[in-house]
Amino acid sequence: MKRREALQKAGFMFGGTIAGGSLLFQAGFRFNYGDGEGFFNKAQIRFLNEVGETILPESDTPGAKEANVGEFMSVVVRDCYAPQNQKIFIDGMDKLNILCKHTYQKLFVECNSAQRTELLSKLDKEGSEYFKLMKSLTLTGYFTSKLGATQFLNYSPAPGRYEGCTTERPW
Amino acid sequence: MKYKNTYDAIVIGTGISGGWAAKELCEKGLKTLVLERGRDVKHIVDYEDLKAPWELPHRGLKTQEDIRLSPIQSGVYNFNEVSRKYFVKDIDHPYEQVKPFEWARGYQVGGRSLIWGRQCYRRSEIDFAANSKDGYGVDWPIRYKDIAPWYDYVEPFVGVSGSSEGLPHLPDGKFQAPMPMNCVEKEVASRVKKGFTDGRMIIHGRTANHTQRIGTRGPCLYRGKCESGCSYGGYFSSNSATLPAAMETGNMVLRPFSVVKEIIYDNEKQRAKGVRVIDSETFEEHEYFSNVIFLNASTLNTTLILLNSVSEAFPDGLGNGSGQIGHNLMDMPYGAGARGNYEGFEDKYTYGARPTGIFVPRFKNINKATETKDFLRGYTFQGGAGRGRIGNAPGVGLELKDKLKEAGGWSMGITAWGEHLPYYDNKVTLHREKKDKYGMPNLQIDCEFKENEKAMLKDMMNSAAEILEMGGLKNVETYNWDKIPGSCIHETGTARMGSDPTTSVLNRWNQMHEVSNVFITDGSAMASSGCTPGPSITYMALTARAVDFAVKEMKKGNIR
Repeated sequence: MKRREALQKAGFMFGGTIAGGSLLFQAGFRFNYGDGEGFFNKAQIRFLNEVGETILPESDTPGAKEANVGEFMSVVVRDCYAPQNQKIFIDGMDKLNILCKHTYQKLFVECNSAQRTELLSKLDKEGSEYFKLMKSLTLTGYFTSKLGATQFLNYSPAPGRYEGCTTERPW
Repeated sequence: MKYKNTYDAIVIGTGISGGWAAKELCEKGLKTLVLERGRDVKHIVDYEDLKAPWELPHRGLKTQEDIRLSPIQSGVYNFNEVSRKYFVKDIDHPYEQVKPFEWARGYQVGGRSLIWGRQCYRRSEIDFAANSKDGYGVDWPIRYKDIAPWYDYVEPFVGVSGSSEGLPHLPDGKFQAPMPMNCVEKEVASRVKKGFTDGRMIIHGRTANHTQRIGTRGPCLYRGKCESGCSYGGYFSSNSATLPAAMETGNMVLRPFSVVKEIIYDNEKQRAKGVRVIDSETFEEHEYFSNVIFLNASTLNTTLILLNSVSEAFPDGLGNGSGQIGHNLMDMPYGAGARGNYEGFEDKYTYGARPTGIFVPRFKNINKATETKDFLRGYTFQGGAGRGRIGNAPGVGLELKDKLKEAGGWSMGITAWGEHLPYYDNKVTLHREKKDKYGMPNLQIDCEFKENEKAMLKDMMNSAAEILEMGGLKNVETYNWDKIPGSCIHETGTARMGSDPTTSVLNRWNQMHEVSNVFITDGSAMASSGCTPGPSITYMALTARAVDFAVKEMKKGNIR
């Protein structure tokens, strides 16, 4: 109950500060504050999955979207982030779309993959605070997902031994 | 008069030492009531260690709710989404910090043995003679030779893996094969051995993670999930080892949800006659009686029970004629050390999550040649070398994804654990007004590190850097985590052993000087903290020794 109240307050606070709010609203960007589906709604999770996919795309191994890092981010931002980082992250989602709109006159999900990569590379180089959080959650979410752990990494639930000097890379 | 609820023995607490008391008493044929304030945790059945990370809602991360409910516990190094159920909720169990003190607690069957660090180092003759040598605290009433056979007795059952080194200041034990060092650790160990003349060396960590099977337990499968509880029984806990052994005798009655309010003293017979328990579910009070009581509630809660057990004979707490109960509280200063990079072995990796590392035995103040003027007593290092996948890298896209497959370089770190001198004014008392939901007074903890500990922390950083540099590490950096007392989770000393009843609480058998049928064998019994981490193996040895003595005394009619 308390947590819910806190989140609603947080939502109120952020709601007023976002420029281009109506645009985002049209694109389905409404927070649904933990009423069963996590912190973010489906459109937002789709957006976060596309951000994740741009960071870790599908190759001979699955990408971050297939590993559903968007859902992971939604849960972590809701439950694990301190209010300060919640604000940075949530504001960041809007900032990213606004930047996208300014650059390509499109929302992030409407951009092609070259545009997305160019944009996120730029944010990465600039050391954008919110992008740092998105990238870090994408990596954590991917490596701890079933797909990431078992297909990108070599998940070994019970190694059974310790080898201190092997030539075989264990992941 | 024959009481209802009467047993031969009562054990208060089911952690490391309570589990041992239960096992030993039951195996010697005593009908034993074992009291635990928390819920039951059954070995294997109640663990969640087999879940993969993606089966956990937060993939193992702690939440803001965890931090709100447990601001102190959630800061403990091995608190996570799975292990949090083995830590108390701080809001339910308040205490007062006169000075900052982290008090890690696990209120359940098994206590903190489910989440302990598992390192096991014997105390040496130097440790037992330390108080008498420099005058801090009271002299230990025992010496190494008194406890050595009991280390021998408990270690094979515990299952301690480690290497024998023949060092007088770090006695060898009955070890299983050590867990291997990796190539960098071996190389650094060899350089350190050659490079120093003052005895600095790197040896295998000694840990209660098993390299060989003991009955149905183990061996360790190197999963790196000890704090989840281990369904393979890969490490020693009360739940995996001592409590099942006690249960098997048919002599144990285990009663969870039993908060011990006080030990009941019989003024006429001048002995303890039983305990008063608050059922944590119903809040009803119950009394249980026995001929002998083992108090193993862990240092601070043992103190609480003693101070709360007031009677005509003991208005200041049970067996507290000396006034020492609650005083001389120690933890261990730790968290200072150094790290560096190793260039080489680029084609080598490690496999498996080893639940231990390397160890540097004490090398300061062990003899005339190693004496320092900067501080009294000594410290040791734990650490290790490792190499992992790089965690993050610049860029996004396929290039980044490829990069994240790469290995980082080798690095190595060592961190010190040191001795905390026993100071009378480091103490725990009962708060006059504040009480918990059971009506038990809140503990008020007033403990600090003083000049000796601070001087030691400085020295730890310097000598850590020297060791790593000698070992060939590059870019060596020192650190100090600025840990506050309690955070080492080695709190000890508040009902210390000693020869003199006017300055100590327990005699050489962990028997209360003033109440001959009460024995205390948890950390509160310690007369000094010792210079190595891993105090639990000493509590275990002292417990087995005390039970042996107590049962012999009962047979002789000296304890009725």
